[in-house]
Amino acid sequence: MNELLINVDWYEIWLATLETFLMLGGSLLFTIILGLPLGILLFLTGPKQLFDQKGLYLILSLVTNILRSLPFIILLIVMIPFTVMITGTSLGVAGAIPPLVVGATPFFARLVETALREVDRGIIEATQAMGATTKQIIISALLPEARPGILAATTVTAITLVSYTAMAGVVGAGGLGDLAIRFGYQRFQTDVMVVTVVLLLVLVQVLQMVGDRLVVHYSRK
Amino acid sequence: MIEFFKVHKAYQLGKKSITALQATSLQIPTGQIYGLIGHSGAGKSTLMRLINRLEEPSGGRIEVDGLDITQLDAAGLRNFRRRVGMIFQHFNLLSSRTVAENVALPLKLAGELSNSAINKKVADLLARVGLENHANKYPAQLSGGEKQRVGIARALSTDPTILLCDEATSALDPQTTGQVLQLLAEINRDLGLTLVLITHEMDVVRRICDQVAVMDGGVIVEQGKVADVFLHPQHPTTKRFVYEAEQLDEAEMAQNLAEVEGRILRLTFQGQATYEPLLAKVAAKTGIEFSILSGRIDRIRNEPYGQLTVAFKGEKLEEAMQILHAAEVHLEELRHE
Repeated sequence: MNELLINVDWYEIWLATLETFLMLGGSLLFTIILGLPLGILLFLTGPKQLFDQKGLYLILSLVTNILRSLPFIILLIVMIPFTVMITGTSLGVAGAIPPLVVGATPFFARLVETALREVDRGIIEATQAMGATTKQIIISALLPEARPGILAATTVTAITLVSYTAMAGVVGAGGLGDLAIRFGYQRFQTDVMVVTVVLLLVLVQVLQMVGDRLVVHYSRK
Repeated sequence: MIEFFKVHKAYQLGKKSITALQATSLQIPTGQIYGLIGHSGAGKSTLMRLINRLEEPSGGRIEVDGLDITQLDAAGLRNFRRRVGMIFQHFNLLSSRTVAENVALPLKLAGELSNSAINKKVADLLARVGLENHANKYPAQLSGGEKQRVGIARALSTDPTILLCDEATSALDPQTTGQVLQLLAEINRDLGLTLVLITHEMDVVRRICDQVAVMDGGVIVEQGKVADVFLHPQHPTTKRFVYEAEQLDEAEMAQNLAEVEGRILRLTFQGQATYEPLLAKVAAKTGIEFSILSGRIDRIRNEPYGQLTVAFKGEKLEEAMQILHAAEVHLEELRHE
């Protein structure tokens, strides 16, 4: 076993895994904090929705589309001055989180918007007929009804973030992806490459499974 | 009392303006079951949604018990909507909430009652609609009829004075339809609620409504007491609905008439007269002969009625008609000899 994986430093692997977890957890948290309200706003201001605001919707829509059409690797580099402004560094876990959040938030917001659109209009109408305020409609009806969709969106976003963290390795973010590039790719240490890829694969599998379980648990249809 | 004063509604579709409801004046007395019948696109759904302002009127005034609801601000409208329950064709229950939580939702949103008071009320409402054993199930685990019962319990939770029923039985099978209609009639009787009911089935109107308005192309083409509209339809649209419900075919009826001799009358019996052997009595007394060409005997709400198309032959026909008239049989001449 150890002869096969001669270049593998398990302590390095452990550190890199921890960094990946930190980047993933931190960026997912901020993506949800920013993306959920943005998704709700996109939904509400959309055509024929509760707050139909053509101008605002077009602006929000344009901004999310611009951010989504930028290749993440470009975003990583473009974001550097901004990242330094927020976190004081463009390196390491702290340096990776701002670009990850900016990359994933528009993506997540669009998925949230779609999940909310899936909610039957009749439910909104029924809640309106009860005398609910718009805030109550969102909190008591829309979000609970869209919960399975939002959980699925979170799962897809988390998995996308895993691949983004690997890319962030290029600009010195650390983590498993960084390890794979520095050792596996640049130093031709195939064994390191294989180990990191297997670990990333396991991570993605676990995320998908947990996500699917949660979606099933909250689906009452 | 719900009153419409020249209310109209137009939609803007691109640059075109589409009229959903032409200027309509209407009165729905308190405690009545008022039917709105029409094909899809006839404007009945728009008319109903104007009552709780899910649709905003383009003009005119709507008063509910003297309150001009078109003038209400957002908070006033929310308060008013709590007095107007609504049930839907596709139930519109929240799939993420249990039966009890669905029924509790309007009360939670109103935020006036304590949790224990809400729980008690929900239990009472579920008992009223016969779902006390399903409180903790999710809507997906219920049948269509049960879902509509949840919808009814939910609509009643804020003690409304008006209940709007939007095609409430259209997604249900005939047997379940009967049960839901019976429940609605009970609610109207026991709680004195005004029910406004949209349907495209004349049978629903016949079974529970007091009054009916027939709509076509955004206009009320005929309205009145169900018995009058149902037994003596005037407008072509109304006739089509009535004949559809009775499975009568106008062309076939005309053909039947062509094949018999004598004077042909349509006799309409209502109430007790329905069960009297009137025709036999008249025949014995005046010696006229008669043959029944077509007929229907049923009930409008709980009032029995019969309507027969009869060919008469004999000398003393005028006398016979007088006897029938005196027995409160409505006579309508379809063909003179």
